[in-house]
Amino acid sequence: MTVQIKTLDYEPKRHTFGHIARRFGDKPASRYQEATLDVQATANFHYKPLYEPEFWQYDQNKTAVKMADWYKPLDPRQYYYATYNIARANMNQAVERSFAFVEERGLLDKLAAAARANLQRGLLPLRHLHWGANMNMTEICQRGYGTAVTAPCIFSSGDHLGMAQIVSRIGLALDGQTGASLDAAKAVWMTDPAWQGVRKLIEDTFVERDWFQLYVAQTLAVNGVIFDLAYKLSDAAWADGATTVAMLTEFMSDWRAEESRWSDSVIKTVAAESPDNKALTSRWAKHWIDRAVEAAKPLSAALLGDNGAAAEAAGEATRARAATLGLTL
Amino acid sequence: MTAKKLGLKQRYAHMTRGLDWETTYQPMDKVFPYDTFEGIKIRDWSQWEDPFRLTMDAYWKFQAEKERKLYAVLDAFAQNNGQTNLSDGRYVNVVKLFLTGISPEEYQAHRGFAFAGRHLRGVGPRVAAQMQSLDELRHVQTQIHTISHYNKYFDGIGEFPHMHDRVWYLSVPKSFFDDARTAGPFEYMIAIGFAFEYLLTNLLFVPFMSGAAYNGDMSTVTFGFSAQSDESRHMTLGIEVIKFLLEQHPDNLPIVQKWVDKWFWRGHRMLGLVAMMMDYMLPKKVMSWKEAWDIYFTEAGGSLFQDLARYGLKVPKYADVATAEAEHISHQNWAVFYQYTHAAAFHTWMPDKEHLDWLSEKYPNTFDKYYRPRWEMWAQMEKDGKRFYNMALPQLCNTCQIPMAYTEPGDPTTIAFRESRFNGDTYHFCSDGCKDIFDGEPEKFAQSWLPVHQIFQGACGGPTVPDVLNWYRLNNGADNLDYVGSPDEKLWNQWMAGAVKAAG
Amino acid sequence: MAQIASLTLYHNDEARPIIDAIIADNPGIRVMNIPGAVKLDCDGSLTVNRSSVEARLGRSWEPQELQLVLISMAGNLDEDDDHFTLSWRH
Repeated sequence: MTVQIKTLDYEPKRHTFGHIARRFGDKPASRYQEATLDVQATANFHYKPLYEPEFWQYDQNKTAVKMADWYKPLDPRQYYYATYNIARANMNQAVERSFAFVEERGLLDKLAAAARANLQRGLLPLRHLHWGANMNMTEICQRGYGTAVTAPCIFSSGDHLGMAQIVSRIGLALDGQTGASLDAAKAVWMTDPAWQGVRKLIEDTFVERDWFQLYVAQTLAVNGVIFDLAYKLSDAAWADGATTVAMLTEFMSDWRAEESRWSDSVIKTVAAESPDNKALTSRWAKHWIDRAVEAAKPLSAALLGDNGAAAEAAGEATRARAATLGLTL
Repeated sequence: MTAKKLGLKQRYAHMTRGLDWETTYQPMDKVFPYDTFEGIKIRDWSQWEDPFRLTMDAYWKFQAEKERKLYAVLDAFAQNNGQTNLSDGRYVNVVKLFLTGISPEEYQAHRGFAFAGRHLRGVGPRVAAQMQSLDELRHVQTQIHTISHYNKYFDGIGEFPHMHDRVWYLSVPKSFFDDARTAGPFEYMIAIGFAFEYLLTNLLFVPFMSGAAYNGDMSTVTFGFSAQSDESRHMTLGIEVIKFLLEQHPDNLPIVQKWVDKWFWRGHRMLGLVAMMMDYMLPKKVMSWKEAWDIYFTEAGGSLFQDLARYGLKVPKYADVATAEAEHISHQNWAVFYQYTHAAAFHTWMPDKEHLDWLSEKYPNTFDKYYRPRWEMWAQMEKDGKRFYNMALPQLCNTCQIPMAYTEPGDPTTIAFRESRFNGDTYHFCSDGCKDIFDGEPEKFAQSWLPVHQIFQGACGGPTVPDVLNWYRLNNGADNLDYVGSPDEKLWNQWMAGAVKAAG
Repeated sequence: MAQIASLTLYHNDEARPIIDAIIADNPGIRVMNIPGAVKLDCDGSLTVNRSSVEARLGRSWEPQELQLVLISMAGNLDEDDDHFTLSWRH
């Protein structure tokens, strides 16, 4: 008998799910597509929410912007849970190395008093702003419509919590692991006039009911004006600590560059859908960027002694960014 | 100055507890508008104990490692055509029911925990709920990725989101989660965090996933156990929630007790689908539903409720009825799906002799007396070319939405019917448990989207079975009916014949 | 009825030293093998000690790493740098 290797026929009957095939044809789909598209329920809900009976739990009317298909604003990073977590775990390895480097060499201990005071006043309170951003992104995740937009929002909330914790670690490194600096930073956040505009701004976003307006306020205005002011334009305030701070906040720079690719793209896609969407998102962007600049001015004045010029610069950069997304401010 | 290394607890306290603040530019009640209407009283959120103290850096590290391992298995499974190593082609029907019935609920849990993770006032539970929201997204996405490979070869999988919003039996899990999602944040935490995750999820994941391993489905067991490792964190959140609410104020006890009663019973009804999967759909069996119930509810739940007794919390109402039903529920459910196989997106069959003997052994009190004779009769009818189909649409329980096929407690030969009047209408229930739930919130449950009612109202594509199947996107003759004679069976037999030839 | 503290772990190479440490450190433990997993039950409480696991692993190990091989558990959790304990005691 001759030995014959028979190849079994494993030709697939179909290459992907029906809802994916209806969008792109029956061909192999990416893991991002299968994990994201049409995953949220859309019809035949059973009960109106006890807390908000005017809507279904998934309801396109929770924002004033309208999309024919909420799976159009996709994530250019194509994140699903696994790729997101693996990316962040890798970024965090760099954080660990930086903290080890800074701690081994006592770089923070060697800082001049002025730099320490500015870090205490200007950098550590950001942990609260990250926490506020975390609340907003979590809110958009729960309240938004369509997995394409809402899934990256819970990733973003995880990011903000993670960044709040990195800022906290800087505080613990500064205060000899006692937590005293964090208590002091909270007092600054609550009462220092330099921060009250920012705190009022973020508290006002907490009560915004239109989830896409909240998305514009957080990802465009707060991230673009306040976080960029703090992490990009404040080096002078950290004086001899600027390089050390840059190392310890490298995660924030990488995150900001990466997340804005997604958040910008979502705003651009939604604004491009219709003249109404464009008008609404433009109005929201103008309102929240203007407010963020006003809120940031006392902060930049206090840290940089620039009479608010850095805040204005961050505002101009954000307005320019908004224009590239097709918004008219 | 040398920095002393912080302990886990201290470090975690610094990393989370201090982050939030009392808002002053906006009133706290406007920032957190949903955490008071349920009547739960919280005196001091800072009393919350964080059981698992994970900071985000550790979360990313552990979860990334889990995901690398999981996707390595999924890739290997696909490359090696792991589906051909299953115990039998019938097994895949379990996977179908999983993706259509369970994965979409993982998604609902993801959004629900985002709601709790934003709207509970305390920072401790909020962080834990956010991580759970991330985890639940993980579960739905890894399940889709795992089962995507099965979809390439087997029927009944490809329209899972569409079916989930429409098909009659999928309305059971959907309404369960819709109910939780539309409740306030505290009820949601008790419903999903405590009753589902703590009391019942082990019944779903542990014996069932072990069954997947036993039946050669290495990809499903890998996502299942890997998901369950997140579940352990969720269980500690669930138990912490209930203890916290009970410790905060004595007025919380009756509210929490009502929720525990409600969600235990709802969970028990929904898990009847899992009972059927374990007893009937796994070709090679690990343990019976009854055995799983004894280990994971009677024993584990017993320990738990002994612990919670010090707060005055009692074992859920009708736990005794549920335990008695553990000897019946898988059989009664399989009977429903066998009769309505033409309208279900997975295949059914009558158990063979070996399987019947296993059921007789595992259910000595009930199987030979009440179920075996019926199965033998139906098998005979199949042989005679008179396979039994039930073409009448069933009456559904208004609460759990399962066809009214369950029997009276203590009398397995009489179907149980209960009813209530509300605003001039009559509502029907399968059990005292389901009737009590309706009577507790009639405004809510009067809204139920009942698939059979909807068909009769013309909301489901038309008046005939083919119309409705079409509306379900259920491919008649492929997705439904018996396994024997199905395209799945044909493909499986081809593979096996090919494998024999190749080996010979 | 005794209250049972319980851990269910993967049954694989990574978990084996942990399972061995638990069995050594918790007298009276009951072991149930099911496909792919092992369920470990103790009356009252069950502890995983960092030092015992490290002795078997030959490297440093943090109790939080238990999550990588954990499937299920029952009992109130108390976790710190040196141990992971499930119990029904107060």
